[in-house]
Amino acid sequence: MIRRPSAESALVWSLLLLLGAGIVCPLLQVLSVAVMVDGRPTAAPLLAFFARPLFREAFVNTLASGVLAVALGSLIAVPLALSTVRYSFPGRGLLTTLGLLPLVIPPFVGAVAFQQILGRSGTVNLFLLERFGVTVPFMEGLWGVIMVQTLHYFPFIWLNTAAALSALDRSLEEAAENLGSSGFRLFRRVLLPLSLPGYAAGALLTFIRVIDDLGTPLMLNYTTLLAPQAYMRVTTVGLTDVDGYVICAVLVALSLSALWISKGLLGRGEFTAVGRSGETPARVLGAGGALAVWAIAILLLGPALLPHVGIVLLSVSKVWSLSPLPSVYTLGNYDEILFRVPHFIWNTLRYAFLAAALDVGLGAVIARLLLRGRTRGRQWLDAIATMPLAVPGVVLAVGYLRVFHGWSVPGLGAPLTSTWLILVIVYAVRRLPYTVRGAYAALQLQPVSLEEAAQNLGAGRARAFLKVTLPLMGRGLLAGGLLAFVSSAVDLSSTILLVPHVELGPLSYGIYLYMQSAVGRGPGAALGVVAIALVAAGTWRATRLAHGGAGLFRA
Amino acid sequence: MTQDETLIRLSEVRMEGVGKRYGAAWVVKDVSISIRPGEFYTLLGPSGCGKTTLLRMLAGFAQPDEGRIFVDDEPIDSVPPWKRNLGMVFQHYALWPHMSVFENVAFGLRERRVSGAELDSKVKAALQQVGLEGFEPRRPSQLSGGQQQRVALARTLIVQPRLLLLDEPLSNLDAQLRSQMRLELARLHRDVGITTLYVTHDQAEALSLSTRIAVLSEGALVQEGRPEEIYWKPRNAFVAEFVGAANLVPVSVIELREMGVVVQTTGGARLPVSSGGHAWSVGDRALLCLRPEALRVEEAERSAGGIPGTIAAHVFEGSRQLYDVTIPGGTIKVEMITSALVGRSFKLGDQVRVEVSPETSVLLPDEGSTA
Repeated sequence: MIRRPSAESALVWSLLLLLGAGIVCPLLQVLSVAVMVDGRPTAAPLLAFFARPLFREAFVNTLASGVLAVALGSLIAVPLALSTVRYSFPGRGLLTTLGLLPLVIPPFVGAVAFQQILGRSGTVNLFLLERFGVTVPFMEGLWGVIMVQTLHYFPFIWLNTAAALSALDRSLEEAAENLGSSGFRLFRRVLLPLSLPGYAAGALLTFIRVIDDLGTPLMLNYTTLLAPQAYMRVTTVGLTDVDGYVICAVLVALSLSALWISKGLLGRGEFTAVGRSGETPARVLGAGGALAVWAIAILLLGPALLPHVGIVLLSVSKVWSLSPLPSVYTLGNYDEILFRVPHFIWNTLRYAFLAAALDVGLGAVIARLLLRGRTRGRQWLDAIATMPLAVPGVVLAVGYLRVFHGWSVPGLGAPLTSTWLILVIVYAVRRLPYTVRGAYAALQLQPVSLEEAAQNLGAGRARAFLKVTLPLMGRGLLAGGLLAFVSSAVDLSSTILLVPHVELGPLSYGIYLYMQSAVGRGPGAALGVVAIALVAAGTWRATRLAHGGAGLFRA
Repeated sequence: MTQDETLIRLSEVRMEGVGKRYGAAWVVKDVSISIRPGEFYTLLGPSGCGKTTLLRMLAGFAQPDEGRIFVDDEPIDSVPPWKRNLGMVFQHYALWPHMSVFENVAFGLRERRVSGAELDSKVKAALQQVGLEGFEPRRPSQLSGGQQQRVALARTLIVQPRLLLLDEPLSNLDAQLRSQMRLELARLHRDVGITTLYVTHDQAEALSLSTRIAVLSEGALVQEGRPEEIYWKPRNAFVAEFVGAANLVPVSVIELREMGVVVQTTGGARLPVSSGGHAWSVGDRALLCLRPEALRVEEAERSAGGIPGTIAAHVFEGSRQLYDVTIPGGTIKVEMITSALVGRSFKLGDQVRVEVSPETSVLLPDEGSTA
């Protein structure tokens, strides 16, 4: 019970102020530059944008890359989701775990590895040239970008669809069978509509991540896409260039449209919440069926696991150029990144840790306010705190540059944008939805009476929260925090714009810098391996904490 | 909890015109009750009648929109829940799953800065009182429903609250455990002597445990009284039907007498009954409330009074015989104890008379019935 609404509303309003400054204000700044001239709304910059062929092409390419990555990703993910949820066969658990592997390799790291294996002078093409005298341009242009993104992001669709499918009540399907439906008709009329909300969530997440992906195009040196265009405008022309902001506004519009379309799909109702009678029993496959599933799985998953091999090989190679495999091996690359230039790893650890810690604290408090609070305005907290899911990292970074570059940190005398604090803040803001969601889900499962019982026995509001509510939210909160940590650790979209100078750069920035030169590819790959190890360990712990929670990867 | 009888001062509660509204709907309307020191007072009513909301307002988890609540003559509206010291046992017990039984029970004392040997011995005594000694290291998930119930009681009683508030405490238990816990609650109330407010929708629990009962319907207090009063002198049809089984026979008042009234059924049977505290005039429509176990079935030709009818159903249950008797305008259920004296049973279609005694029948106003 809230006796003094004033104390709670003070908390709500200060949080709103904080999040407003960190999310709404930068976003509005970016948008206002794009649609306002001299304080009056105008469509001129937007028209100018679409009048330029380069931007038009970038727009079409971005849209195409998002849509194609979702479509191609679905072709891989849906069959895998169906077979792992609905059939039981030897190695099903292994296959599900393998499905997480593409996610642990940051896409820009994967891009480098793909380049090494499938690129113009990569392993496969060298082999083909030697044997057959031909090469295949796997990695050229837009197609290369789309391929890398598809192979990185399809697990989002897989995990969400699988979660929706396995949450279905078996009796729904049995009822359809009982009424004479089977096979593909059963799938189309019952399973498909019921798993649509889960699929839509995964597809949305994929689309938003793909159009925001700055690292992959930069690594593959293909820049006719909106995110790299925005980056290049801001870094080469400067912060006063209107076009950069217009590109950002267009990116936001694309994100919001995707959100709106998927809301339409979801809006038909969340079906999975209906009461269910236990785990859906999977059908046991015979040897033939199991072989078929594995064959399909290897065909679909195999390419997505290539970069892992490639990056490890690259990290231990001294010379690997114009040969299918490295010609000289070394551990020198690890020596470089661990002992000679250790600041990339060290920076990453402390930024990501601080951001995750901030998120855990904010997430717990916000979730508590949302579910148990009384103050008006707390629904705005929810809206604002989840906003970063739909705001591309590039856009947020541009907004930060604009809002904070003139703002000095009290006591430091330097603008916020020239300290490492800006990175911690942008990471915390972008990953806040993870902990808010995690804490919210955990708190929702908790009867209010647990907290009331503590109050009834003499514990004040704060003590009841600390002694009862918080420990019980722990797992969900920690899982969210871990995910915030790992995804902050490999963020490039905002990082690349906001790193004040090289010494303050995190690992992802280091990888980007190293990859600019041929001699840097070894150490860059070694950093990539560190990144993969970090993400793999964090994701593994988080899914364990959240009981196999595929819900963690929801938009 | 520690049997410091000299220190125990029994608390009392007074609610004055308490109302609670969610949006435009009043879930509690103008409820005034007073609970005397040491009483076992029950709020009885169907789900949604506002009984839990009343309890939660007393505990401080909801604020009344109207009226005031006093505990020991102090208004408590501005006191936060954690300072009220009113021990509440929650419907689903609300045991904290991340704490052991010991830590659950010790919680309130720790909040009161009790620690060390004193804490240990008090927790031990509290668990002993509910028959759970040795369960200290267990987790709530390792306990059965009945054991969780006892831990919840021990956790509440250990802080020696001014009142014990019980929110449907037996609703999660199976039938057998429920009657066992009912006896234990009665014993606990006797032993501890604490003023208790009990919320339930189960009339058997209310009748068997309470010193007094308040029957609630749609947020309003309908009747307050001792269990016997509630059962035998229901104030209206709702109370009559909610508390125990009741036949409600539509009648009209045809004669006023000094000690009561004479009513006539649709079939023309005339019965002298007590007035039930209402002021009647000739021609009033009314419902005659007849408890099945207070009726007797007799052969039609052997008796003169009562209501004539036909046997429509007969169930022999060994110790009891259940009859459905069709009368003009309805059916009357009769429940008779089987004994050597009443050896005879009736067959379907037998013409009978249902004998009614004026003391056990109550005449109720016919509210809103169109019949």
